[in-house]
Amino acid sequence: MISANLSAIFYLISGILFILALRGLSSPETSRQGNFFGVLGMTIAITVTFLTVGNFSTAINYVLLFLVIGGAIGAFIAFKIPMTAMPELVAGFHSLVGLAAVFVAISAFLNPQAFNLGSPGDIKLASLIEMSIGAAVGAITFSGSIIAFLKLRGIMSGSPITFIGQHFVNLALGISIFALIYYLCTTQSESFFWSMIVISFLIGILLIIPIGGADMPVVISMLNSYSGWAAAGIGFTLENTALIITGALVGSSGAILSYIMCKGMNRSFFSVILGGFGGDSTTGKKKKKDQKPVKSGNAEDAAFLLKNASSVIIVPGYGMAVAQAQHALREMVDALKKNDIKVSYAVHPVAGRMPGHMNVLLAEANVPYDEVFELDDINNDFANTDVAFVIGANDVTNPVAKTDPQSPIYGMPVLDVEKCKSVLFVKRSLSPGYAGVDNELFYRDNTLMLFADAKKMTEDIVKNI
Amino acid sequence: MEIDPFIFRFSIFILAIFVGYYVVWSVTPSLHTPLMSVTNAISSVIIVGAIIAALASSSGNIFETSNIFGFLAVILAAINIFGGFLVTQRMLQMYKKKKKDKK
Repeated sequence: MISANLSAIFYLISGILFILALRGLSSPETSRQGNFFGVLGMTIAITVTFLTVGNFSTAINYVLLFLVIGGAIGAFIAFKIPMTAMPELVAGFHSLVGLAAVFVAISAFLNPQAFNLGSPGDIKLASLIEMSIGAAVGAITFSGSIIAFLKLRGIMSGSPITFIGQHFVNLALGISIFALIYYLCTTQSESFFWSMIVISFLIGILLIIPIGGADMPVVISMLNSYSGWAAAGIGFTLENTALIITGALVGSSGAILSYIMCKGMNRSFFSVILGGFGGDSTTGKKKKKDQKPVKSGNAEDAAFLLKNASSVIIVPGYGMAVAQAQHALREMVDALKKNDIKVSYAVHPVAGRMPGHMNVLLAEANVPYDEVFELDDINNDFANTDVAFVIGANDVTNPVAKTDPQSPIYGMPVLDVEKCKSVLFVKRSLSPGYAGVDNELFYRDNTLMLFADAKKMTEDIVKNI
Repeated sequence: MEIDPFIFRFSIFILAIFVGYYVVWSVTPSLHTPLMSVTNAISSVIIVGAIIAALASSSGNIFETSNIFGFLAVILAAINIFGGFLVTQRMLQMYKKKKKDKK
């Protein structure tokens, strides 16, 4: 048993170690050390908690047992998960944090003595508000992440689900949460607590179902942020510095990522949250496709173009992830490099289904990270490049974002692939991207469409180089 | 007049938001996915509350409803801690620099 003051110091130390863990991610070299700080901080926090409680009854055996069981499941998932499934894994993990926050809040509500919050039916007002916020945000995180998980996993359709009066229903439910918290505080009645949690679960579901597949990077970042605020709410209840610091860090991290993703699509955060964008619903008005001529080619043509280029920029997108084409792509690049062709990669902020999705996949395929460039760093290079090889990306290259103010993606920063001497598009069909906008690049003279599965096409090109 | 301890915690909270803001902006965009998985792992420090909840005993019965919720939260948080840190490690291991010797 250690004193409350000493344990508070240790919680502060673990909070600082978590800050260092994030700081480490400023460059790949320091990142592994950062992760070690994170593990260290967590170990300290858990150990100190055991020592502070100091109640070594038989219950501790169960806690350790559950810790090991959970740890084994977590480790198993971490080693088995393919890198392409990272977005749904992160969504799944968010849901667990959310649910854990709900459970801790319930436990604190049922047995407030254990946390020095008063006694059942007479819980301190501040604690009651804090735990309600923690529970509500946790519940929203949980159910919202489950929906995001199902959408990313493809179990649920990625197209938005909307119904009349949706926003009104959400608003009403949101207000009712506050009303329930108010009544909970005045009456301390259990039924208000439970109904508040149930409604929060419901809001989480309703909040995410109208959001389309292409907006998933924002959703994941937003849920990331929520899981942090939930943790912070619980941190206030437990008067625990480590939790408060961590919650604030995670909360602001998720918020910044959401902001970066929104900016990458030139959309306001609210228009994403209100949903209804992307999927099948917006394609209807763009049906006026008058059979414009398209030049399509095969792997041999592509190999010929690539081989005769002196510089190539690769633009990967979600299609590369779906087709798992990153390894084949690396082989193709290796073959090109053997012919003394300069190759770099251009990654758009919202390429893929979560922030940094493409970078992880390229890293998995052993692409050195200093060959991979962000939009701002490489966009001027397209003009001096012979071939742009666009694999599984679409909207992020569409010049209409610069030219047509009527377009839904107008103003979105795009990669200037059209400035290259020639553009190769690996795509399964001419279908528009998630924004439902036709890409005029497909019909240009210097564009060659390669209609095939990204992985198969890339492999065929390698054979022909 | 004494300052409510809540204000102290609230100050820590606000300062931590600012620290988070500046630290996260300095994260390189190529590591945004590991950033998400590691924030996931560290937010599972909520396990602290889960352990307290699981170990609390007022009646001598270690399987009160409140304990059971504690145990469940321990499992969930543990999945996240191990899963989050290990998958981050696995990802970070893949980020390699270009080999200096050009063949």
